[in-house]
Amino acid sequence: MFTLRDRYCIAGIGHTDYTKRSGRTVLDLASEACLKASADAGVPVQDIDGIVSFNFGDSVPGIAVATALGMPHAHYCVDIAGGGNAANLIVMHAIAAIEAGLAKTVLCYRAMNGRSGYRLGGGRELAARGITQYTAPFGWITYPQAMAMWCRRHMIRYGTTAEQLGEVAVTCRANATLNPRAMQREPMTMDDYMASRFIVEPFRLLDICLESDGACAVLVTSADRAKDMAKPPVYVMGAAYGGGPNQGEDLFDAIRWPEHAENYAKYIADDLWGGAGVSPKDVDVAEIYDCFTYSVLMQLEGLGFCKEGEGGSFVQGGRIARDGELPINTHGGLLSEAYIHGFNHVIEAVSQLRGDAGERQVRDAEIALTTAGAMTCGSAMVLRR
Amino acid sequence: MTYAKPLPEPDPDSAPFWAGTREHRLMLQKCGGCGRFRFPSQRLCPHCHSPEAEWVQASGNGTVFSWIVVRHPVPREVYGQDVPYVVALIALDEGVRMPSNIVGCAPEDVTPGMAVTVQFDDVTPDVTLPRFKPGRA
Repeated sequence: MFTLRDRYCIAGIGHTDYTKRSGRTVLDLASEACLKASADAGVPVQDIDGIVSFNFGDSVPGIAVATALGMPHAHYCVDIAGGGNAANLIVMHAIAAIEAGLAKTVLCYRAMNGRSGYRLGGGRELAARGITQYTAPFGWITYPQAMAMWCRRHMIRYGTTAEQLGEVAVTCRANATLNPRAMQREPMTMDDYMASRFIVEPFRLLDICLESDGACAVLVTSADRAKDMAKPPVYVMGAAYGGGPNQGEDLFDAIRWPEHAENYAKYIADDLWGGAGVSPKDVDVAEIYDCFTYSVLMQLEGLGFCKEGEGGSFVQGGRIARDGELPINTHGGLLSEAYIHGFNHVIEAVSQLRGDAGERQVRDAEIALTTAGAMTCGSAMVLRR
Repeated sequence: MTYAKPLPEPDPDSAPFWAGTREHRLMLQKCGGCGRFRFPSQRLCPHCHSPEAEWVQASGNGTVFSWIVVRHPVPREVYGQDVPYVVALIALDEGVRMPSNIVGCAPEDVTPGMAVTVQFDDVTPDVTLPRFKPGRA
């Protein structure tokens, strides 16, 4: 369990524009986001001694950013191989490194040309070796195809409906209409959702997140150091990473996962809330990993916002709207803001806790949840202002 | 005509499985230590770590645990002629789960828990895929 409640902070945030075709290198995107996060905290890059990022073989390593920005003391550079599961893990790793004395002030980033470059949703290579010899020959290749299997299982077990999935998509879009940096700002109705074509049943087009070019970065440091920085610190109350038994041989593989109607969230909930010292009812705003609509339902259940199987009814009736009991994905999420692999959720949570979220600001937001992951493993943090 | 879809590349752990399908037999590893079946195949039993295992012909019967219907082909040039097609996780009677296709019925006729049984499709002269159709053998 996380034992460092309120001792570490996010002191700065930065991001690029989110586009379909950046026309720029991933290194340039990463450098811009990192430079902005440093400037936001008022810390010159010369004073930063660590960089932690995650990638899916589609990005640049921390040493490249340190080189591009001429950072003379960025000696602790670590790149984690991961998908959305890792979006909070990199912040946790930065904290662990600082606590261990390996660094003092650490940039964390995710940078990708996810639409114009390597498209995560576009299918893996058409190879069938290792674990994929049991999946690819049957035309089971893309991540939407992988996760539709989980969503169907939730429908089988709990009777979850398309309209309930649609609530997540429509809510995210409503929030995105208020977010100037969101890629999809056209209003969307439930009728629009239901009318969107099936890509891989049970997923319609509007169950599936965007593909984006862009980068996000945050600056992590100790609460003591953050006191002297430019912006009010956002404290990490709790954090957890992991999943259940049989997480598989890669992020796609879940052949031996116990039950696909449940995901990683139920396995990290006790550590997350135990470390943070708060419970779901204390959360003012939740930025929940939404690569697909269903993943929000499973995380709400797994983290204890509602009972197992009740995620579908929980999201109905306006409960997750910006003015509801539990506002979610106030930036529009991966479904409507951008797909920066979940790290844009962390940026939004910090904005909300600083009271800087403009038209989409949740009133008096003091405690925020960020989550990352949809299948067998994932990470989450509880943040406070 | 060349077969454009991914073909399994057998490895030391999986070779007996694919050799079995070639002979139209669904072979599963059964642990010599604890007696449990496992899939995918691997040298050590994940339950008791015994390296002793025998390959046993499975019944070929199972039920539908979950399934998807692929409508949008990826990539289109490979799967464009196949959509819609069904991929399912099959819960085999032997207690392991196996991904495969459901064939022999319309995608909309697949139901949770539906009984299915294996059939063997010789997709190339060297490779046979186990697929599943409604019913029991």
